[in-house]
Amino acid sequence: MPDPGNRRIRVEALARVEGEGAMHIEVRGGKVEEVRLEIYEPPRFFEAFLRGRAFGEAPDITARICGICPIAYQMSAVHAMEDALGVRVGGALRDLRRLLYCGEWIGSHVLHIYMLHAPDFLGYEDAIRMAKDFPGIVERGLMMKKLGNEIVTTIGGREIHPVNVKVGGFYRTPARSELRALAEKLKRGRDAAVETVRWVAGFEFPDFEPDYEFVSLRHPNEYPFNEGRIASSRGLDADVHDYRDHFVEEHVRHSNALHSVIRGRGAYFLGPQARYSLNFDRLPAIAREAAKNAGLGPVCRNPFRSIIVRSVEVLFAFDEAIRIIEGYEPPPAPAVEIVPRAGEGCAMTEAPRGSLYHRYRIDADGRILEASIIPPTSQNQKSVEADLRAFAGQSLHLDDEALTWKCEQAIRNYDPCISCATHFLKLTVHRE
Amino acid sequence: MKKPPVRKKPRLAVFKFASCDGCQLSLLSCEDELLAVAGAVEIANFLEASRAVVKGPYDVTLVEGSITTPHDAERILEVRAQSKFLVTIGACATAGGIQALRNFGDVKEFTSLVYARPDYISTLATSTPIASHVKVDYELRGCPVSKANLLELLSSLLHGRRPNIREHSVCLECKKRGTVCVMVAHGTPCLGPVTHDGCGAICPAFHRGCYGCFGPQETANTSSLAAAWTRMGSTGEDLTRAFRTYNASAEPFRREGDAHARPG
Repeated sequence: MPDPGNRRIRVEALARVEGEGAMHIEVRGGKVEEVRLEIYEPPRFFEAFLRGRAFGEAPDITARICGICPIAYQMSAVHAMEDALGVRVGGALRDLRRLLYCGEWIGSHVLHIYMLHAPDFLGYEDAIRMAKDFPGIVERGLMMKKLGNEIVTTIGGREIHPVNVKVGGFYRTPARSELRALAEKLKRGRDAAVETVRWVAGFEFPDFEPDYEFVSLRHPNEYPFNEGRIASSRGLDADVHDYRDHFVEEHVRHSNALHSVIRGRGAYFLGPQARYSLNFDRLPAIAREAAKNAGLGPVCRNPFRSIIVRSVEVLFAFDEAIRIIEGYEPPPAPAVEIVPRAGEGCAMTEAPRGSLYHRYRIDADGRILEASIIPPTSQNQKSVEADLRAFAGQSLHLDDEALTWKCEQAIRNYDPCISCATHFLKLTVHRE
Repeated sequence: MKKPPVRKKPRLAVFKFASCDGCQLSLLSCEDELLAVAGAVEIANFLEASRAVVKGPYDVTLVEGSITTPHDAERILEVRAQSKFLVTIGACATAGGIQALRNFGDVKEFTSLVYARPDYISTLATSTPIASHVKVDYELRGCPVSKANLLELLSSLLHGRRPNIREHSVCLECKKRGTVCVMVAHGTPCLGPVTHDGCGAICPAFHRGCYGCFGPQETANTSSLAAAWTRMGSTGEDLTRAFRTYNASAEPFRREGDAHARPG
């Protein structure tokens, strides 16, 4: 058993957390002594049972890690496999992958902005209660979320665990007319995204600006989805193949998700805020303009303002989707031909919640020998804990109920995705 | 005129076990119907959507995910005790899900492969469906479930009628949709003939074979389909893999997968 001092609290949390996660904060003598984000999500062992599977199965199987961001898993899987197989996918196929990712970013971000995060700022338990007072606003969110899902369904067949992504490309590519029908609706979505940025910019934000090391992909001329080098706000500039030279995973007792650190430095921060702060210059003018009007500079350090950054990314995703659809010419073939060969490959792509790393080793027949998957939330765990320590420390004047809610909100800033939802988290505040 | 008695809204709860969250997300993905559903029931426990939690008992409980830890094996008993009508949603809850692939391996080895400190991990050797632990009143198939089925189920329960959810194979859906048979026309191996309908036959419409994410239909003739795959050039290894995915522990798929597995 763990040390007796913590045990009582751990059991208490287990009984009430539905097996997902818990937050543990100990305050002694007016100081925050201990903070733990406890992940209870039962382990599912994807990396183990991927061994022996065919290389082509990786995108469908790894999608099942997360029902909220299956595209991210499919994208990291196909790019890592293509790296192992020495294949590059370009042209319209590459564009379609970006378009698909736009759909997932919209669906996932809008879900978080409207249904999970905004209720915190406006003092509601959930979006359904919020809808009673703000029906038009919640309906606008649902309309946008639906458009994100429509992009994914049009290209992928269904919004959750879509079926059309394969190593080398797609099983079937859409006709121009299928995408054209979407474009008009997406323009309305883009207008709604501008409104959304304006709406969330009016929320109240606590004063809180930790000095994070932001990490995200950076591409020579695009806002990043599937390609680029690993960049950080403290000067890291690395090839994705060298990921393991710079980042390591640790296994800590209180979490079923491995913690990641940057070698020699420690915690780092992934996700919309990191992407935005490292790639502001890669955003289209419409998104930069909306950010400016919302009072955001080119770097955003306040994690509570992530709701604005997410809204700016939604605006970018609508704009990018429209741009891709308007220039779309169906490719000559739905996929690049693949000949299995022994090899090793890796890829990092930008999931809605941040960089998602996959690495595979395969044999000459294309069987998976080894798989390694590092999701964004496990990489963010240390930053979440650091935020809680600092934020709880400056908020001790609040009563337990208010402090609990504020700390939950501080966790939701990350839109965590291991249990795919920190709105599951139970927070226990111990004061002595 | 006397007012009709105010009927209390039925209480809906959603519980998650080992899963990806996708099936309960399906409820939030019913963008056009969500607010109507929320108006017709009292959402008493749905942590993916709300931090407000009302204690049981619940009239309708949706259970996502499979049982993989000693703690969850206890917890499902409590959930059952609090629930009038318990519905499992999705392949994890009805068949053990993709994580049931551990049932064919050695979970100790799995743990040490993924985690540096296996002693920190508490897990069962198997991933089992909810029905292996408690009585289940209705099962919704699929990885993920279909939104249409989920809405039909909720609506039928609210109106006290039997859900109108079909129980035939994916093949019929292809016919209805007018999709040319990928197996007959293109020689693409397809699990459609033995797979429960519900998805709307998406994969063949996207020029690929069905991969069985809704699990076996009733009276699935898997050995006949396996023979047809073999004639098209599939190996035993291909067949085992095909039957061992999201519904690997569902009996007809388990049996057929085992039949082609290499010994050892």
